[in-house]
Amino acid sequence: MNIDNPLVLGIETSCDETGVGIVRGTTLLSNTIASSMDEHARYGGVVPEVAARAHLEAMTPAITSALADAGVTLDEIDAIAVTSGPGLAGALMVGVGAAKALALAIEKPIYAVNHLVGHVGADVLRVPQSATAGSSEIDAGEIQYPTIALLVSGGHTSLLLVRDLVSDVELLGETIDDAAGEAFDKVARLLGLPYPGGPEIDRAAVGGNPKAIRFPRGLSLPKDHEAHRYDFSFSGLKTAVARWVEKKQDAAEQVPLADVAASFREAVVDVLISKALAACAEYGVPRLLLGGGVVANARVREVAAARAAEAGVALRIPPLSLCTDNGAMIAALGAQLIMAGHAPSGLGFGADSTLPVTDIQVG
Amino acid sequence: MLLAIDTSAGTSVAIVDPSTGSIVALRSTPDTMRHAEVIGTLLAEALSAAGVRPSSLDGVVVGMGPGPFTGLRVGIAAARTFALGAGLPLHPMVSADAVARQEKVAGRSDTIIVVTDARRKEVFWSLYDLSGAEPVRIDGPGLSKPDALPHSDARRVDAAEIPGAQLALAAAALLAAGLPLASDEALYLRSPDVTMPSGIKRVTQ
Ligand SMILES: [Zn+2]
Repeated sequence: MNIDNPLVLGIETSCDETGVGIVRGTTLLSNTIASSMDEHARYGGVVPEVAARAHLEAMTPAITSALADAGVTLDEIDAIAVTSGPGLAGALMVGVGAAKALALAIEKPIYAVNHLVGHVGADVLRVPQSATAGSSEIDAGEIQYPTIALLVSGGHTSLLLVRDLVSDVELLGETIDDAAGEAFDKVARLLGLPYPGGPEIDRAAVGGNPKAIRFPRGLSLPKDHEAHRYDFSFSGLKTAVARWVEKKQDAAEQVPLADVAASFREAVVDVLISKALAACAEYGVPRLLLGGGVVANARVREVAAARAAEAGVALRIPPLSLCTDNGAMIAALGAQLIMAGHAPSGLGFGADSTLPVTDIQVG
Repeated sequence: MLLAIDTSAGTSVAIVDPSTGSIVALRSTPDTMRHAEVIGTLLAEALSAAGVRPSSLDGVVVGMGPGPFTGLRVGIAAARTFALGAGLPLHPMVSADAVARQEKVAGRSDTIIVVTDARRKEVFWSLYDLSGAEPVRIDGPGLSKPDALPHSDARRVDAAEIPGAQLALAAAALLAAGLPLASDEALYLRSPDVTMPSGIKRVTQ
């Protein structure tokens, strides 16, 4: 195997995106994503069985397309990387089964990796210039450690301290109820907006006053500092929005949609960025990396940029196509493990829906 | 040689030589909870026991179910990517065909209904005529309550495991006879278990 610059194919199936990406060392060659999001829209959220069925159908076409986009063949691939967890168990199992058999068929090693650490791994990728157009990538230099990483999607909301990508990742906090992306979906629904909620709330918030309504910031009171300093909670916020809207409706008053959407979004963004920057300060780490689908939200990036600059924290945001769940980030982490001399995983690993971030590689 | 993979019940991996009808390697477990964990090791062991490299096989036979979905998908995903990776044709089969062939090999020539667990107090069934040289599926696969099984005149064969080697040999027989195999779609026989969101519930009392 080419240890210095390995050609790695990564497979990601932890939620509703079937991702297959190919990297050579730290260079992104292709990033195929098949999403089953549209199939979940009528249910108002990701349905695990629907997602798992879609993964099975999308898998081999995604592999074929990723190879074609990268202009490489399977016999050139040095190793397979795959998400072992965390995520939806039934969805993860499709990727694990597919990746093991593919590795055996091409007689190459397999690396089973952590999805959340994969989001951080996305940032090491050098992306051809055309692919970054329109992204908000702020720092084109190489990622430095330690860094704080805030990973926010419909499936997870986690704050990590990454001292070393392949050997030392610590979980500082995570959501104790809904993921931030879920909060967007649920609030969108109670405002009568379709799924997925993030872009809908963004649209509805245009022209709204983010300070019109002071919605609660979960786990941000002094009493929360001890046990939940870096944890998140969004279910109380959702209930507060519902209560506020019901009160207006009960009084037969018009619900000021733009103000509610903007104020809700501000509460989510405020608590996310405040906690992330508090971690930067407490750990003396002037670097913050964002990842996860919620980073697609323009307000998250805006507030992060402004407040990180204020705090003297260098902010990194990978291109959006690498922020949402994808196979390239899994390949990137696999390549990093190989380049650091780590041995491949055995064949006995499974899908672990609650895999801790300290388990960067499994098996 | 043909490789067979079935995860519609436990996990069964087999390599057979259709020209002699012999089973070259067989690795299986009745465990219905650990398909993702065991699939790689069973495949590697079967290949190693047979002493063949993936690309020198002639095809991959896969059981498309019916079977409990989460496990079933592991084998189908594995068979598809193995075939892609090794450059082999994929031969999808109804999993219960293997059980019917096993009965035939055991000398039976009657009509049987193969019954497997579908969880949630239901069973999957398939009806076979064993009177010819090879079993012929004449009805099913279907899903039913255990007490509402059709074809009560057929001999009932309850199967907890799908014999991968018989699945491969059944596929070889169909291929040799130019008969159609199953379609390349997982046999779920059930819609995804989802509840449509009810109306928005009030939080204020
Ligand atoms: Zn993710």
